Amino acid sequence: MIRQMVKLNWLRGLALLALALLGVAACSQNENVIRIGVFNSLTGGTATFGISSTNGIKMAAEEWNAKGGLLGKQIQLIVEDDQSKPEEAAMVVTKLVNQNRVAAILGEVASSRTLAGAPIAQKAGIPLITPASTNPKVTKVGSYIFRVCYTDSFQGAVCARFAVQKLGLKRLAILTDVKNDYSIGLADYFKRDAVLLGGEIVSEESYSEGDTDFRAQLTSIKGANPEVIFIPGYYTEAGLIAKQVAEQNMNVKLIGGDGWDSPRTVEIGGAAVEGAFFCNHYSAEDTSQMVRTFVANHVKKYGYVPDAMAPLSYDAAELLFDAIQRAGSIEGSKIRDAIAQTKDFPGVCGNITIDAERNARKAAVMLQINQGKLKVYDVIQP
Amino acid sequence: MKQRGATRTLLVAALYLAVLLVLGSTLIPFIGPYYTQVLIFIGINIILAVSLNLILGFAGQFSIGHAGFMALGGYTSAALSFYVLAPLLAGFGTGGLISAISEPAALAVSLLVGGIAAALAGLLVGIPTLRLRGDYLAIATLGMGEIIRVVILNTDFVGGARGFTDIPRWTTFTWVFLLAGLCILVVRNLIASTMGRALIAVREDEDAAAAMGINTTRHKVFAFVLGAFFAGVAGGLQAHYLQYLHTNSFTFLRSIEIVVFVVLGGGGSITGSVIAATVLTILPEALRGAESWRMVIYSALLVVMMLTRPQGLMGGREFQWSWLLPGFKKK
Repeated sequence: MIRQMVKLNWLRGLALLALALLGVAACSQNENVIRIGVFNSLTGGTATFGISSTNGIKMAAEEWNAKGGLLGKQIQLIVEDDQSKPEEAAMVVTKLVNQNRVAAILGEVASSRTLAGAPIAQKAGIPLITPASTNPKVTKVGSYIFRVCYTDSFQGAVCARFAVQKLGLKRLAILTDVKNDYSIGLADYFKRDAVLLGGEIVSEESYSEGDTDFRAQLTSIKGANPEVIFIPGYYTEAGLIAKQVAEQNMNVKLIGGDGWDSPRTVEIGGAAVEGAFFCNHYSAEDTSQMVRTFVANHVKKYGYVPDAMAPLSYDAAELLFDAIQRAGSIEGSKIRDAIAQTKDFPGVCGNITIDAERNARKAAVMLQINQGKLKVYDVIQP
Repeated sequence: MKQRGATRTLLVAALYLAVLLVLGSTLIPFIGPYYTQVLIFIGINIILAVSLNLILGFAGQFSIGHAGFMALGGYTSAALSFYVLAPLLAGFGTGGLISAISEPAALAVSLLVGGIAAALAGLLVGIPTLRLRGDYLAIATLGMGEIIRVVILNTDFVGGARGFTDIPRWTTFTWVFLLAGLCILVVRNLIASTMGRALIAVREDEDAAAAMGINTTRHKVFAFVLGAFFAGVAGGLQAHYLQYLHTNSFTFLRSIEIVVFVVLGGGGSITGSVIAATVLTILPEALRGAESWRMVIYSALLVVMMLTRPQGLMGGREFQWSWLLPGFKKK
């Protein structure tokens, strides 16, 4: 009997503790600030993207706050981690909307997690801007969902146009990561536009994220004798693929998408990625005033040169703050209208115009890897 | 004596249903969407933990493919709802009363089909793999979970790598806890039956059980199939709540998370699974204030709990009514 009593008290204690912890989570709200929700993957598989992105957003908020804030109030960022999981993303967006009562939401780099969170923001009438989700489905969720990056379709088309028109190479091969929606999307649109422009897809092969040996696919590609291999994957595989392409003594140009944007591409690929091209949102070595200031401030604050996630997220935050300022209100529908009316907004990653589908229309840059450094080779307008 | 037990079970079930309906209409609008969502995930995790406990805790089969069954059930029921049931309901029209009847009916059909699909996969996989023991079974189920995930990833019909969007939102608090209750009831009654005793015998010593005339493979497959069924139902509930499915939600880490619920709660204790699933769903949410330290604290707590109570929270014991009501005598 005594043992049972002890057990009972112990259980009760646990239940009370749980309730108390939940209570603490619902802390008091300060009305003299404008609350902006941020959800990103601060832990888990794609943590580096999430952390870069959040750092960019924090920079923008600090700059606005130093200048006197927004509508006379300070901006308060509420940053939540989704552990790189879609269901966690839904959980944190629900929290930001209902518990923190944020005016707007910035977030998620990965399309799969933006897609999990977006319906909740849409239903609540809270504007959401994603800095880097390129899946076309994202902004189709509803009238409150925007993006400041270009879509997979645009990027695929840019790479096709670059290969066929700029380089004048017509025999194209594609090596896709079948486990990755981004890679599949890019490959589809590359194929469509390349064929329209008179190119020929001579070989299509695939691999899965995490593979390290691509020799079988490359042997088959070599047999088709292409002039270009388009590799719309992430940096982890891109460098390895480039190395194995070099081993096969193929005389081809390699082209990739913004998934290549990491110092790891050059680290892994070494001499094999020399001369390869990839499409990106910006170049840290761009000489324009805006990029120089951003990179200098970022290095000062965080101690390293930013990848593309930080400036994209910085742009998303700047665009949102500017829209709130123009709206003169933190009402969801007014902010939404102001974002939708954005035209030629000067961002670090180029000027942004929001189109009728709530996507950003902006230029893409084609970078070439030159002696281990990234050089701007071409700027392609929409 | 036996009849009194049955009456009591019925009474408790009726009371539970009444409480759920009352809570669903009063508490849920009051606490708002965020706490409701936490509650719904608690319910889904309870179903997953209790169903895995049947396989892992009671039958003693180390399966780490539960997320695979969950994915299969989730995608099957979502596809059924999206392609068949939702257009059908749209044909009926959407009135207050019509949708109040048709949506729960559609959800029930959809979840049942999802559960059956997962159970069939469990049967298919279970028959060959349950002849394996220990580590081999764990690896076979791990592989199976990954196969299901990769197959879905390459099926464009359900969105493939882009994820499955626009699933109708039919899951409610009442539904989740109704099914969690049902899952607990089924597993509890099964364990008390001849079948359950045989399962425990298989767990304790498979050779001895076989020597006593128990068809060990058949019993193990049965537990495996029933566990898979409820995992499929849980997947369906999640799909119809989030309205979005992506295979990243069903990696083997998710399977491990469910194993943690069972081990932490105590293998072979339904009460333990329920408590562990509840606490471990609330904990990461409650720790949000700690920001980047959150997952470190969470993991450290798991280590501390396992060090101090290696047999799990409940250590194989079950909740008794006599803890709460002294009037109930222990049978």
